[in-house]
Amino acid sequence: MDTPQPILEAQDLRKSFGTLEVLQGINFSLLPQEMVFLIGPSGSGKSTLLRCFNRLEEPTGGKIIFDGVDLMSPDVNINTMRQQIGMVFQQFNLYPHLSVTKNITLALRKVSKKDSSEADEIAREMLKRVGLEEKANAHPDELSGGQQQRVAIARAMALEPKVMLFDEPTSALDPELVGSVLQVMQKLRDSGMTMVVVSHEMRFARDAADRVAFMSEGQIVEEGEPGAIFENPQQKRTQDFVSEISR
Amino acid sequence: MNTSETFSRWDLFTETFFNQRLIDEYSGAIAKGILITCEIAVLVVFTGIALGLLLAMLRSYRFLPINVFISCFVDILRSLPPLVLILLAYFGLPSIGFSMSGFLVLWLVLSLILAAFAEEIFWAGILSIRRGQWEAARSTGLGHTQTIVYVIIPQAIRMTVAPLTNRTIAITKNTALGTVIGVGEILNQASTAQSFSGNATPLMMGAIAYIVLFIPVVAIGRWIETRFAWRRI
Ligand SMILES: Nc1ncnc2c1ncn2[C@@H]1O[C@H](COP(=O)(O)OP(=O)(O)O)[C@@H](O)[C@H]1O
Ligand SMILES: [Mg+2]
Repeated sequence: MDTPQPILEAQDLRKSFGTLEVLQGINFSLLPQEMVFLIGPSGSGKSTLLRCFNRLEEPTGGKIIFDGVDLMSPDVNINTMRQQIGMVFQQFNLYPHLSVTKNITLALRKVSKKDSSEADEIAREMLKRVGLEEKANAHPDELSGGQQQRVAIARAMALEPKVMLFDEPTSALDPELVGSVLQVMQKLRDSGMTMVVVSHEMRFARDAADRVAFMSEGQIVEEGEPGAIFENPQQKRTQDFVSEISR
Repeated sequence: MNTSETFSRWDLFTETFFNQRLIDEYSGAIAKGILITCEIAVLVVFTGIALGLLLAMLRSYRFLPINVFISCFVDILRSLPPLVLILLAYFGLPSIGFSMSGFLVLWLVLSLILAAFAEEIFWAGILSIRRGQWEAARSTGLGHTQTIVYVIIPQAIRMTVAPLTNRTIAITKNTALGTVIGVGEILNQASTAQSFSGNATPLMMGAIAYIVLFIPVVAIGRWIETRFAWRRI
């Protein structure tokens, strides 16, 4: 039987800011339909790694292979590739001057070149999936943080990406709003979406993730099934971190 | 105080500034001046602001040679008194084969000056937009130009409206400088009439024309300011 091809792969990925090497040779691979959690102390390079995956951050070394394409190759159209890699941010980053629907349809109209009615139809469908149909004409500042983040997820989903990257999607939320966002992510997961999630929602990771990777100081120190990482970490740094966050 | 003396002073005052005969005689000329001032002002506002916006957008590509050029252009135009540039362009350029009418020189120079200020204002607005807005847009596949046009500028405009309105009013008032290069705008008409008649009434008519013209502009500016400030981010 064939082993499945990874959809996203980092090979000896490096990133420096000046003299600070934030990613020190990351090797990582993600299979289709996999959900991987990325955990680790603040400043360990999780966001930078995620942002290298769609080249919001330019790596200073190594390779990123997405769907068989070398993203660093000069003849890659990064804008087309980025449409296939959805990204969700800690601060939601909705466009404050646009309605919820327009937030979702902007890239559909301007990059995918869909006409307005088709784009609006897709937006309606996506809003239904995140449970916010009635907010189609609202502006972001009329929504709670949890609702804004669900719109941001809908915006990324609308482009039908092959992979979705989440950078601490619930860290900026009031505790009572976290659940609604996790629920949407769980639904996405159930629909077979491939996801990389930076998050310290341990319970969610344990329930939903296929794999957890622990990062420290620019390296992936240890990875494995959630049970193995959380209950039986092998590395000292992982043990310290896990006991820190489970307190 | 003697009543008749006060009375004659009042007569002298109205005679000097509000001479009815001269008002009748020169109102046509002043009206023509108003028309020309309006023409130049509208042209300057459109070209100046459009060029300023274009330069600020170009600057966002952070391409070094272009940015050096823009910085030099902006600093030079902001430091030179407008009159110096107007005289230089009107009397200097013909010697190297560029002969332009006073109207054209006034339009061009004031547009460039407004563009320089507008560029700085728009650039500050662009810089004030959080990085996350760029990242969200770029992550959905929008290119740099699309991001700046659809995401960044519409938000940046909000913070530029107030300074831009003030600057625009200040620079359109400089249309009066056209008088030194023979552009028949309000001040030119008024001072010509003043020297013919030896009376200040035409100048007073000119001043009133400026007030009538610019008070609505100031009022519209204030209205735009409040309209754009309504929704906080
Ligand atoms: N644009 C940048 N310029 C300079 N240093 C940066 C930049 N972005 C991140 N860093 C540094 O890189 C390191 C890793 O950051 P980050 O990837 O955000 O970590 P994490 O998401 O794990 O908290 C930190 O030391 C941070 O200060
Ligand atoms: Mg981070």
